[in-house]
Amino acid sequence: MQSQATYNYKVVRQFAVMTVIWGIVGMLVGVIIAAQLVWPELNVIEFLSYGRLRPLHTNAVIFAFGGCALFATSYYSVQRTNHTSLFLPKLASFTFWGWQLVIVLAALSLPLGFTSGKEYAELEWPIDILITVVWVSYAIVFFGTIGTRKTKHIYVSNWFFGAMIIAVALLHLVNSAAIPVDFFKSYSAYSGVQDAMIQWWYGHNAVGFFLTAGFLGMMYYFVPKQAGRPVYSYRLSVVHFWALIFTYMWAGPHHLHYTALPDWTSSIGMLFSLILLAPSWGGMINGIMTLSGAWHKLRDDPILKFMITSLSFYGMSTFEGPMMAIKTVNALSHYTDWTVGHVHSGALGWVAMISIGAIYYLIPRLFGKSEMYSTKLINVHFWLATLGTVLYIAALWISGVMQGLMWRATNADGTLTYAFVESVKASYPFWTIRVIGGVLFLTGMLLMAYNMFKTIGSGRAVDDAKVLEPAHAH
Amino acid sequence: MDINDLRAIATVMLFVAFIAIVVWAYSGKRKQAFDEAALLAVGEDDEVKRGGKVGQ
Repeated sequence: MQSQATYNYKVVRQFAVMTVIWGIVGMLVGVIIAAQLVWPELNVIEFLSYGRLRPLHTNAVIFAFGGCALFATSYYSVQRTNHTSLFLPKLASFTFWGWQLVIVLAALSLPLGFTSGKEYAELEWPIDILITVVWVSYAIVFFGTIGTRKTKHIYVSNWFFGAMIIAVALLHLVNSAAIPVDFFKSYSAYSGVQDAMIQWWYGHNAVGFFLTAGFLGMMYYFVPKQAGRPVYSYRLSVVHFWALIFTYMWAGPHHLHYTALPDWTSSIGMLFSLILLAPSWGGMINGIMTLSGAWHKLRDDPILKFMITSLSFYGMSTFEGPMMAIKTVNALSHYTDWTVGHVHSGALGWVAMISIGAIYYLIPRLFGKSEMYSTKLINVHFWLATLGTVLYIAALWISGVMQGLMWRATNADGTLTYAFVESVKASYPFWTIRVIGGVLFLTGMLLMAYNMFKTIGSGRAVDDAKVLEPAHAH
Repeated sequence: MDINDLRAIATVMLFVAFIAIVVWAYSGKRKQAFDEAALLAVGEDDEVKRGGKVGQ
């Protein structure tokens, strides 16, 4: 019996296009604030000063660019792997418009100076409530789709996306609990070190579930698809999933080494961060080995290059992270550029590159083409992105270690060898290299937008892709 | 017994559950089901890879 239902590609298309747009916006703001560090005179007015734009940059790249990429890829793969159309399509459409509204409100309120002051959770309480409504709708659409599946098994990518949705809901609700004093201002419901611990329980699990589990879901669907081979080891993917779920929640205290946080709490954070190396690398190996026996495909498929390079950066940053969580290493690295470099090795190298690969996979399929307008431009984008990421993180490794060493240097009589401003002065060359790396990465995104609009221009919106019968349905 | 004993027990139980999952995932009788599950992504017909246009 041939099903006449069609896949809901409309909402996937909307999110996929906005991924590229918000990627450009978020990364442009990143380049601007990187330049403001080198040329402070670029802080022309308060609304566009470093302190206002920095949270705008992080929110835009994580929640606008990364968020749209997660919505697009999860809505696409949940339909394909479960052989069913999206549950409650109108609600799915609401998640798109609701999420765009959240982004626009963030882009207005942050430069205006409205902030709750919690890193990666700066948005004020009315926006937090809107996020909750959109996110719960997302959960209903996603799990509803799984509930109406035509397959027996729930494919592994759905487990990762599902865990991301549940964990982010939990994190957002707990960390954003606040007491409003008026419409634009609220204060955290927690105080002191408890507030700090809840904030970094949230912060690290935003990394662990939003920026890792979600994008691993993407990896487990799009890498096998692009490689044309099933995932290297399905049982490893099951263990990978549960190991991440059981471990990540504990790692947050490593953000608070040598603070008012009790020492045992920070020791547990360090220990679980070290344990995390195992599932992280299990996942990386599983992704990369999916290509085993088909390595030649890497030679002429730039989309696959994006995906495999993203896994390499994932492996690199998930090795670096546990190392930096060790207290003695953290004593050197914390509060320096090293942390910022580490974040970008994960954000540009892993999150952005896997998303870019997945979006390049999606665009032709959503617009009725057999491939992107220009494969050559994807290749140029790949090299710009890789070179940009390497320049960025290498520069900040050097400046970070340098800052750490300068801050801790003491003279024989116990006085500090360097004033803080001397470490700032010494950082300028590396901050300049960072701007160049960021400009390269941004240029790649602009090429992607050109390539995307050219593809869309000669294509058509696909709304008649019939829901396929499961291969094993008897 | 105070709340901390319960917390310790819960942690140990979760660890045992994880070990059980590993044993289950690597048990021979799951092999066929997992092999089928792995094909859920790549086993379906991909219009683009077949050379045709999507939705035709």
